[in-house]
Amino acid sequence: MEWEAVIGLEIHVQLLTKSKIFSGASTAYGALPNTQACAIDLGMPGTLPVLNREAVRMAVKFGLAVNAEIAKRSVFARKNYFYPDLPKGYQISQYELPIVRGGYLTIRVDGRERRIGITRAHLEEDAGKSLHEDFHGLTGIDLNRAGTPLLEIVSEPDLRSPKEALAYMKALHQLVVYLGICDGNLQEGSFRCDANVSVRPKGEIKFGTRTEIKNVNSFRFVERALSYEIARQIEILEAGGQIVQETRLYDADLDQTRSMRSKEEAMDYRYFPDPDLLPLVLDQAFIEAVRQELPELPEAKYRRFCEQYGLKPYDAEVLTASSALADYYERVVQDSACDPKLCANWVMVELIGALNKENREITQSPVSAPQLAKLMQRIADGTLSGKLGKQVFELMWQTGKDVDALIEEEGFKQITDQGAIEQVIDQVLASHPKEIADYRAGKEKLFGFFVGQVMKATAGKANPQQVNALLKAKLKSQ
Amino acid sequence: MHTYTLKELATGLRARHYSSRELVRHFLDRIAQHNPALNAFITLTEEVALAQAEAADARLARGEGHWLTGVPIAHKDIFCTLGIRTSCGSKMLDNFLAPYDATVVAKCQQVGMPLLGKLNMDEFAMGSSNETSFYGPVKNPWNLACVPGGSSGGSAAAVAAGLTPAATGTDTGGSIRQPAALCGITGLKPTYGRVSRWGMIAFASSLDQGGPMARSAEDCALLLQVMAGFDEKDSTSVDVPVPDYIAGLNQSLMGMRIGLPKEFFDQLDSAMARALEEAIAEYRKLGAEIIEISLPNINLSVPAYYVIAPCECSSNLARYDGVRYGYRCQNPKDLKDLYLRTRAEGFGAEVKRRILIGTYALSAGYYDAYYLKAQKIRRLIAEDFKRAFETVDVLLGPTTPTPAFKLGEKLGDPVAMYLSDIFTIAVNLAGLPAMSIPAGFLDGKPVGMQLIGNYFEEGKLLNVAHQYQRVTDWHRKLPPGFA
Repeated sequence: MEWEAVIGLEIHVQLLTKSKIFSGASTAYGALPNTQACAIDLGMPGTLPVLNREAVRMAVKFGLAVNAEIAKRSVFARKNYFYPDLPKGYQISQYELPIVRGGYLTIRVDGRERRIGITRAHLEEDAGKSLHEDFHGLTGIDLNRAGTPLLEIVSEPDLRSPKEALAYMKALHQLVVYLGICDGNLQEGSFRCDANVSVRPKGEIKFGTRTEIKNVNSFRFVERALSYEIARQIEILEAGGQIVQETRLYDADLDQTRSMRSKEEAMDYRYFPDPDLLPLVLDQAFIEAVRQELPELPEAKYRRFCEQYGLKPYDAEVLTASSALADYYERVVQDSACDPKLCANWVMVELIGALNKENREITQSPVSAPQLAKLMQRIADGTLSGKLGKQVFELMWQTGKDVDALIEEEGFKQITDQGAIEQVIDQVLASHPKEIADYRAGKEKLFGFFVGQVMKATAGKANPQQVNALLKAKLKSQ
Repeated sequence: MHTYTLKELATGLRARHYSSRELVRHFLDRIAQHNPALNAFITLTEEVALAQAEAADARLARGEGHWLTGVPIAHKDIFCTLGIRTSCGSKMLDNFLAPYDATVVAKCQQVGMPLLGKLNMDEFAMGSSNETSFYGPVKNPWNLACVPGGSSGGSAAAVAAGLTPAATGTDTGGSIRQPAALCGITGLKPTYGRVSRWGMIAFASSLDQGGPMARSAEDCALLLQVMAGFDEKDSTSVDVPVPDYIAGLNQSLMGMRIGLPKEFFDQLDSAMARALEEAIAEYRKLGAEIIEISLPNINLSVPAYYVIAPCECSSNLARYDGVRYGYRCQNPKDLKDLYLRTRAEGFGAEVKRRILIGTYALSAGYYDAYYLKAQKIRRLIAEDFKRAFETVDVLLGPTTPTPAFKLGEKLGDPVAMYLSDIFTIAVNLAGLPAMSIPAGFLDGKPVGMQLIGNYFEEGKLLNVAHQYQRVTDWHRKLPPGFA
């Protein structure tokens, strides 16, 4: 039987606010344990939450970016459970009435576009961390993270393969970073993913029993975890078994999922509206003001790059991966006035290649966009050959120096003087009579040899087009 | 000095009849003398009080200060006080030194009111007799065999016995008004959101409200003036300007429409009713118009309250888990053992009962039947009051069904205890302001009269109460053993 997977993702996005969602404590990552937890974060008696306006603005920004409805009235509830890193004994989270309802995100897999529905996105506070190492059998509690604002984004069960799930996760990651509402740092837990998965015979309309996989917190693991889980479910079903509705944990080391708790063990969180917080009421003016702040979104930028610059879909996708990279590329195009496709090549091959080699972000590039543009201009105006240009780029990368200064200092200037090139050609031909004879005898491949010799003699600086033309003429005439 | 009102004490301080230090010394002596019989204080802050008194004297000597500068106060032990034990009447917080001041505490301190100490209360404000306190019951100064009411029982007893000129209290279902009535003092529960809840340890967040407890309406006006106001640290506090409560006290009651909810009087003991009849007669003499009205859903308020308040408390008290502060059981085996024993040993019976009720009512499958239903009733009750205030200015009725009852009398019967708040609870559900003022005696025990106002009309309530206190002297009576 042919099976089809049905996948929905719940992604926790840590919002990039300076302070916590209900207190003034800092959200900066990496501080000493419990140094960024104030009385509110510690759940001290008598303390009260006050909602961070900035977190609301970011949630609205996200909602608008996925064409969702922004709730004029949303409600914070308490999710009650006991855990040592949950100071109040409840987590404040939007439950029945979330701030963002219904929206979609476009993904592309194998050249095919799909709209993935977004059911909802709601604001909530993060818990602290339990530290099980270094305490000799005891558990340490770090409440620095307690109260960090999260936006939990829940997709519809619209994804049909691990590949689509990965594409959705990446598209969402790209979007929240574009919007400036998340730093996108997966290692530090700024972007965390849980997946709901079921399988059904292809063509079946009803969903199968699903499992929830926790902790698929990297792009690398999401495909693997889902593939494993889908295979596991199919195996059970084909053997005539039934899927148990349960929560499973992905273990990246073993590359498998294992049961955490069954539906019967599921906790009753006793949600009810938090009486310490009034319903969050937004007016249209606030929503419109946030709409004005929206940047050009990845999808729109992608389409524009295809049309405006005539780029291939793959190239446009690469160049719009982040808004910083897209901005860089556009600056190069603008400043250099060169063919946008040529610019795309330079950015994608030379620049991104160099960045990847050193594992750097575009914002950390030692070669700025105006400098790269100037380099391309020097190629266009004939000062440098394409090949020399690459050498100059490498030097620019290493030294951070200006293109013209490097050309001057290192004597990179291309030789375009016809007489000077002819002189070198004459010398080369004079010292290779045997090769000339062979060439004339029909060994035309030797033409490249002569070009190489001329380039060698000029340390690669002779204009290659001129060398070609002059050589051809000379070999013919002699 | 302990028989004076706040206004009289403030006047005396300004006239240099005594210093703040002398005043504080006097009250500390009275506490030393009488508190053993009453058990009204959990913690005394003698050194703090004397230091603050000296600072107040210095301010007064410079001709500075607020009207209440130098007049001492004591806070219910539910208000956090920086570096001072804040127990909330519970073993759970017996070792808890608050790391910050409640807004109410900070405001009283800014004005320069020396802090005499922290007052006894029912554990986590859950109780109507002050018998659920970890620190033992408070006695009623009018009859030491009787309860002072609760949960602000320590506040009411201390003011009645002249151990402090004024106190703060909190009222979730009657916890200011009921003890004020049983101890013969004046207490005001403001509109929900009028006084900041920051630093006021939560029992039921949507019902809790702090307020003044003192000898007279005028004193309550002075203290409310200090306590009230918007606080950005409390999202439920309301940004409505605080009027001048003193300026409004002396308005005539001519034409004031006072409503008598018939449901309150239908159920009332005849002796209690007679005491109120006299008060109503006084109001007629003052020119008020007396109108009978109906609050048809009022009898649903006790059951609705005993769903909502426990639901909220079950969640509010989850933080007392022995992990970060407060009581922790000895040698826990594991996490579950830590939770179970810390909470089993740290909480008293009434608190546990309410946590259990609330946990049950919020559970899957019961939420709609209990919590949501109770919230609907809550809206109906608020609607009843809204309709009533279309035709009257204030409502008048009893504060309690009976005067103070005996210690131990209702302790074994929670429902009987809950019903002692039958006249006060609806006000919290609706979020309205209300007062209790002394209106006579029955068998030597004070009888309280309740006045209920419309939202943010504390001024009108205080005016109505003050005019009554100008023509009566029930509020100036002192318990015989504490004169």
